[in-house]
Amino acid sequence: MKLTVSSAPHITGKDTTASIMRDVCIAMLPALVAACVFFGFNSLILTAVSVAACVAFEYLYEKMLKQPITIGDWSAVVTGMLIAFNCPPSLPLWVVVVGAFFAIVIVKQLFGGIGFNFANPAIVARIILGLGYTGMMTAWVFPDATATATPLAMYRAGTLPSYIDMFIGRTGGVLGETSALALLLGFAYLLFKKVITPTIPVTYVATVAVMALVLGIDPVVYVLGGGLLLGAIFMATDYTTSPYTMKGQLLYGVGLGVITVLIRRFGNMTEGVSYAILLMNLVVPYINKFGRQRPLGAPEKAKKEAK
Amino acid sequence: VAVFKKLVRSAEGAHVPHNKNTENCETVKMPVPKRVYVSMSQHIGAPAKACVKKGDEVKVGDVIGTAGGFISAVVHSPVSGKVFALDEVMLTNGRKVQAVVIDTDGLQTVSENVKAPEVTDHASFVQAIKDSGLVGLGGAGFPTGVKLDPQNLDEVDTLVINAAECEPYITADYREMMECGEDVVEGAKLVKEYLGLSKVIIGIEANKPQAIAKMTELTNGLEGFSVATLPSVYPQGAEKVLIEQTTGKEVPQGALPAAVGVIVMNVASVGFVNRYIKTGMPLVTKRLTVDGDAVANPQNVEVVIGTPVKDVIEFCGGYSQEPGKLISGGPMMGAALANDDMPVMKQNNAILAFGAEKAKLPDASACIRCGRCIAACPMGLSPVEIYLAHSVKDAEELKALYADLCMECGSCSFVCPAKRPVVQSMKEAKEFMRKAGN
Repeated sequence: MKLTVSSAPHITGKDTTASIMRDVCIAMLPALVAACVFFGFNSLILTAVSVAACVAFEYLYEKMLKQPITIGDWSAVVTGMLIAFNCPPSLPLWVVVVGAFFAIVIVKQLFGGIGFNFANPAIVARIILGLGYTGMMTAWVFPDATATATPLAMYRAGTLPSYIDMFIGRTGGVLGETSALALLLGFAYLLFKKVITPTIPVTYVATVAVMALVLGIDPVVYVLGGGLLLGAIFMATDYTTSPYTMKGQLLYGVGLGVITVLIRRFGNMTEGVSYAILLMNLVVPYINKFGRQRPLGAPEKAKKEAK
Repeated sequence: VAVFKKLVRSAEGAHVPHNKNTENCETVKMPVPKRVYVSMSQHIGAPAKACVKKGDEVKVGDVIGTAGGFISAVVHSPVSGKVFALDEVMLTNGRKVQAVVIDTDGLQTVSENVKAPEVTDHASFVQAIKDSGLVGLGGAGFPTGVKLDPQNLDEVDTLVINAAECEPYITADYREMMECGEDVVEGAKLVKEYLGLSKVIIGIEANKPQAIAKMTELTNGLEGFSVATLPSVYPQGAEKVLIEQTTGKEVPQGALPAAVGVIVMNVASVGFVNRYIKTGMPLVTKRLTVDGDAVANPQNVEVVIGTPVKDVIEFCGGYSQEPGKLISGGPMMGAALANDDMPVMKQNNAILAFGAEKAKLPDASACIRCGRCIAACPMGLSPVEIYLAHSVKDAEELKALYADLCMECGSCSFVCPAKRPVVQSMKEAKEFMRKAGN
């Protein structure tokens, strides 16, 4: 009789890192389908190249450094899909490969791989590509041939895009952001599978809507017209770069909303989601301290007592 | 209000599978084995001291080990027969303790010392319970006689009966309620009367509706008695969690339940109290759930204490496949056994045997900081931050994180998607804290 003597617990839950990441990929499929419908087959090719590049960079990096190969955890696939989702469908394929390199090698692997990155790799990739290849990154494709600008740009210029077009996704923008409907389907799937809780997306979107109202901006345009839903549902909820507790997540969501509206309304850019996420990523360690729970039986004013 | 509470502490617990396969298996009495190994340490505290020697004749209920200190418990002979040797048995934590090995004669002659105790007041009640050898039967094994004699007795007003049975597979407490529900109620009445309590709350997880119905019916009209239905989420049976769920009170860090006026007893312990006060038969048998995919006939059995695990398994039809893991207790907090020679002890409530497939350990990967361990921790701790603080040997930070409040329930390890041994790292952090003098 050969008995395994290990310490308790002797059972574990069904979820694994790979199953969670796979669920995130599944949740992004509706948005990918919407992109193909509105922007054409090119969206699929761009996404496939981005995913392949992310997985390949991760594999090569780990192989070169003789580390365990972690491509089986699906996290590089998530990053690959997100990078593509943050690019316009017309982007030359080699540019997305550059983005994948920055995301996987610089932001993720050089900081220690999954779980150790200080910022969301796909967000950093989007920002770097946006700075380095501004023209290509804003060469929008419009499903509606008469359109000439993204909804946020249109709104800034004084015209109001159609609500229904913004909801369904018949508007210009990056590949994954245009269809609110598809993104919400993915959101529902993530909630159903308990991959994420609604705290961050709901606080983020609600803060944007309320601030828009206060500033006299049409909240529907701010919520549906840009990258807010994509960012709130799929990027701000990245485990590694978001706060642990509900209390921290509430603060994080509010912070994201405030920064996004400030950039959109008072900055030079029409879009502010990626910078908001990057900035808030950087303060997550502090938010985590603020967000700590009071353990059962710990004194009420835990913080003062501890000092 | 619920959201506000979640902001203070998520404390979701773990949605473990229930696997109460044996809930309808009425307890079967297992015949006395040829030889029993009665450990002198079947409780928290000082081991008992063996007071018999090789060759002595013993009868059922004779004292064979006297209490070895204030926090200790007497040990009785569970069988009639002859002492074969004073030997040692290895406990699940690897420690070796003295054991009395008895060759049984199969007659189960009851000792003439076994007679109903005379109980008239709190002091004689506590003495009787000490003489009975009772320890917390839920698994902890704290000597009950000590528990029922708190220093602040006049401040204690509530008995919480732990019938949550939140560990998967185990149904022994459920069977206690279904088969001996009257004993539980009578035992609770005795504790209530002699300790001068005003309230008795029986906490049962929602996944046992029949037990809830039965206990509600049995306590109907009894003053101060109530049945609390607990959510079927692990670990409702953890003492501090149970107290909060049933009374809304928080046991302060480092304090005993009595500090908030509560005494918690396992349901089987309460049932035993009644039987002992009525008959004087000390704690010599134990009801066990025997289950797992490597057991031929999973069931609930009543065995004499000291019965080797292998005899119990054999009685249950033997192994149905080569066992890969043997667990004493439940899969969340039970201890893996190195072999099946180990004897059954007072505080055991289950023996689980699993085949090679379920014995396989998952591969751990990097922490993705998902925070699920924090959301799950019933104590509201932050295992991921405790791990990080321990890895940089920061005792101050560990103190600020209340790492010492961890009760090692295993919820964090269960929910971890990276399959990391989280509870292990909690234990190591606590050990480090203790050495650092916190």
